[in-house]
Amino acid sequence: MTDRGWPLYEVFLRGKRGLNHVHVGSLHAADPEMALHHARDLYTRRNEGVSIWVVRASDITASSPDEKDPFFKPSGDKVYRHPTFYDIPDDVPHI
Amino acid sequence: MTIAQDLEAHFEDTVTRDRRIEPRDWMPERYRATMVRQIAQHAHSEIIGMQPEGNWITRAPSLRRKAILLAKVQDEAGHGMYLYSAAETLGADRADLTEMLVTSRQKYSSIFNYPTLNYADVGVIGWLVDGAAICNQVPLCRSSYGPYARAMIRICKEESFHQRQGYELLMTMMRGTQAQRDMVQDAVDRTWWPSLMMFGPPDDNSPNTEQSMRWGVKRHTNDELRQRFVDMTVPQADKLGVTLPDPHLRWNEARGRYDFGPVDWDEFKAVVSGNGPCNAQRVAKRKAAHDEGAWVREAALAHAAKYESQNHRDEQSERSRPTPDPPVNDAPVNKGSRP
Repeated sequence: MTDRGWPLYEVFLRGKRGLNHVHVGSLHAADPEMALHHARDLYTRRNEGVSIWVVRASDITASSPDEKDPFFKPSGDKVYRHPTFYDIPDDVPHI
Repeated sequence: MTIAQDLEAHFEDTVTRDRRIEPRDWMPERYRATMVRQIAQHAHSEIIGMQPEGNWITRAPSLRRKAILLAKVQDEAGHGMYLYSAAETLGADRADLTEMLVTSRQKYSSIFNYPTLNYADVGVIGWLVDGAAICNQVPLCRSSYGPYARAMIRICKEESFHQRQGYELLMTMMRGTQAQRDMVQDAVDRTWWPSLMMFGPPDDNSPNTEQSMRWGVKRHTNDELRQRFVDMTVPQADKLGVTLPDPHLRWNEARGRYDFGPVDWDEFKAVVSGNGPCNAQRVAKRKAAHDEGAWVREAALAHAAKYESQNHRDEQSERSRPTPDPPVNDAPVNKGSRP
């Protein structure tokens, strides 16, 4: 068995109630339980989190982060999805 | 435009507009290699940096000082981990990086090759070494490489505690006996010049600076940061009541900055190339810790594998059981509960 064994986990923290979990980094651990403990020691030494998710990095499916990626093109020409697309006279209240 | 030119142009455009490069973006191989080297050296420095102060944990003068020192050394470990994590986003393998460190194929900051001879060294490391590190690191929070910049933001927040605990420790000793004040002055005398060396060779002898600035992996030149550190530190030394060991150190009214004497770059070169007082000891200790931990890593993996196959078997026997009757009442079933 080699040293390379411990797989990589990505770590997500909820900073406080009311916020989403946010990706903060990664770590190596033998199993998910250990990954949680390591994540607590590594990423919440100063109360930075109230909840932690860990997920095997190899289990994540990701889009390419490049902005030019045509993957995100479909939403580019749909301006009618935004409220500012619609002209409403100024004297119409509460809209 | 060919695809390669297009990618390169997109990269240059992103960097020029001071936007961040993210892990799966295309990047020139030299940028990738530069980032891996920079982040790995920084990670190694944090990990080796645990040793000089770790040396004093068992001999801390009070429980309060011991708790502080433990927390600080634990932070250094944490910083190393954030940085290895950032290096891995570039395709580097953590086991390889550790291997490079313990076989001296990658470097770490030369400052950690000096010994910590008395407890005042703990304070002086916090004040001067972490102070210099902060000067170096604050601009790196704007590194063009996203994961590195984010790790640096986290690290800089924590370094502030390091510097302040060091300065407070020294203030306490300076209020003590003459012997304690002498210890502080002795530690300052030994650490001042190596701290100035932490900023790297002078600008006229730093061939990669221009490219690094253009790529946004470096934001200020070595000499600029060194000057900034001196300007910050002199008033702190005055307040503390210690003398910085440099006869040339004086305020330059015209420049509005402090002039200081020449750094002994021969010493710097000797320490960087392996001939400092503690180089061999630091690497040997890191290697021993890694080697002695091998059985723990293997045992944890074996346990995880056993547990996983056990779970797998349980799941299968679960499936082969006959379907249970549907629930008789209408109690809502907790579907899709999330972690």
